[in-house]
Amino acid sequence: MITLYDYELSGNCYKIRLLLSMLEIEYSKHTVEFYPAADHKSEWFKAINPLGTLPVLVDRSHEPQNAGQRRPLQQKTEKPHNEQTADLNPIDGLTLKDSAAILVYLATRYDKTASWYPSSDPAKIAQITEWLAFADGITASASQARLAEGFFYNVDADACRARAHQLFRILDEHLWFAEHRKQRWLVAGDLPTIADLACFPYIILSEEGSISRQDYPAIRRWTDRVKRIPGFIVMPGVFPIGPELSS
Amino acid sequence: MLRVQIASTMAMTETTCKDPVIHNHWHAIAAIEDTGSHVHHTRLLGEDLTYQASTARDTSDSTGDHEFAVSRTAAPDKLLPVHCAYGYIWTCLGTPAQPLFTLPEYAESDRNNVCACSVGVRVSAPRAVENFLDMGHFPYVHTGILGEQPHTEVREYDVEITEDSNEVIATRCRFYQPQAAAGANEGMLVEYVYRVPHPYCSILYKSCPDDESRMDVIALFVQPVDEINIRAHALVSVIDATSAPLAIRMFQQTIFGQDKPILENQLPKKLPLDPRAETPIRADKSAVFYRRWLSRQGISYGVIPAAA
Ligand SMILES: N[C@@H](CCC(=O)N[C@@H](CS)C(=O)NCC(=O)O)C(=O)O
Ligand SMILES: [Fe+2]
Repeated sequence: MITLYDYELSGNCYKIRLLLSMLEIEYSKHTVEFYPAADHKSEWFKAINPLGTLPVLVDRSHEPQNAGQRRPLQQKTEKPHNEQTADLNPIDGLTLKDSAAILVYLATRYDKTASWYPSSDPAKIAQITEWLAFADGITASASQARLAEGFFYNVDADACRARAHQLFRILDEHLWFAEHRKQRWLVAGDLPTIADLACFPYIILSEEGSISRQDYPAIRRWTDRVKRIPGFIVMPGVFPIGPELSS
Repeated sequence: MLRVQIASTMAMTETTCKDPVIHNHWHAIAAIEDTGSHVHHTRLLGEDLTYQASTARDTSDSTGDHEFAVSRTAAPDKLLPVHCAYGYIWTCLGTPAQPLFTLPEYAESDRNNVCACSVGVRVSAPRAVENFLDMGHFPYVHTGILGEQPHTEVREYDVEITEDSNEVIATRCRFYQPQAAAGANEGMLVEYVYRVPHPYCSILYKSCPDDESRMDVIALFVQPVDEINIRAHALVSVIDATSAPLAIRMFQQTIFGQDKPILENQLPKKLPLDPRAETPIRADKSAVFYRRWLSRQGISYGVIPAAA
């Protein structure tokens, strides 16, 4: 059984919810209120993730001794744990504390088509890794600007916006050239990869940090394509898209 | 030293609210439960404020409760009036012209009172109140929760401005909702009553999924950070013995998170009070009354006043 420690308004958590939905993986959510309660900095949560960040994913169907060996999922009943009982260490499975690590794990383990993270293709997984790092740069800039405006974080929002625009410019150019090679996704290939999901949330939420996407037409076309991936779901601040108009 | 003082006085006169009604009103600034004894900062009507839970009750003047000390950051020794009500700390930059509106349901012992969130939104306070009054956006913005296509019709309802309490009140509002509250398990036709007892606050009463004879209460207390920026504070007061406060909070945070981009994209950011300024479809009946009521009080902060 998979548990996602999740906050509905978090873009980093949304990355994981997107992949779980697109891969049709069943899981349970354990809400950690990021704002205003700051439960991600509480003792009970730091016992799970000392970094005090969301998301965290625990997979109890994973057995470390048999790592690498795929076994059918066992149905274990979820132990309810909340603020009161969370001092019980929830970890008798695999605990992952970083959105990129979680995406890599879920795609490698549960995507039967091996398209979201084609682990046998060295060049592709290296390119995906570049974009995962790029996504962290977006978290450090666009997401911070959003936290400053919506959640009253004391950060230099103008500097965050300037950095985000630099990254958006690079991404827009990359996507524009990709489109000219008939490519639709961040990493060349017929299907989207976890790179697309890692970059999508804080780009689509950028206006909440006063970062307009008006000057990035290739980014706008790409976010529309992401919204049309089967299994796409929204979060507050993200709107669904109608079906593609066929001419 | 003198130069610094002059500079800060000038900065203040640039941003200070010149609307006497708003200046002398109570405004919510933070949830009591989120406020500790260390120094907190916020902004109200363009001015920086400092507030904290006070350690000693040593002040002798009687301008209200002194569990919390609130002051302008620029004048830390001059305490502002403080009033604790409905889970929030309220303050006033001028002299409170009237007591805060009443919300008697808050005191009912079987209610679950939850301060659900305080969200920053780049919009004027009146725009936020008007959106709160508008049921028409439910199926489009809160799809699957507060509304659902094809149930998009806003049925006829009544609005009045009460003479005695000077509030806008909308009654007989009905809407089909797939998930009316955190504790709702099925869709239902929900009845709403809206009150606007304060230019920047609105309270809605809606059918309670748990008890037919009572109504759940959701209140929006808008803190005008400046004319086009707010903190939206939500109080949820429900008759729901089963939902945990966290579930109630997340429900409300999801709703507010869905409203945020809609509000931030409204232009102009200030609410136009001229009846001809916006189409009657967007500005429906309760909005028309609300705008008229703001005009009548001579509100100028956060609005574009109607030409005289
Ligand atoms: N590298 C981490 C960063 C996650 C992150 O920054 N999460 C935010 C919430 S969206 C958080 O928990 N921030 C709290 C903090 O940084 O203290 C990841 O991608 O999972
Ligand atoms: Fe709404």
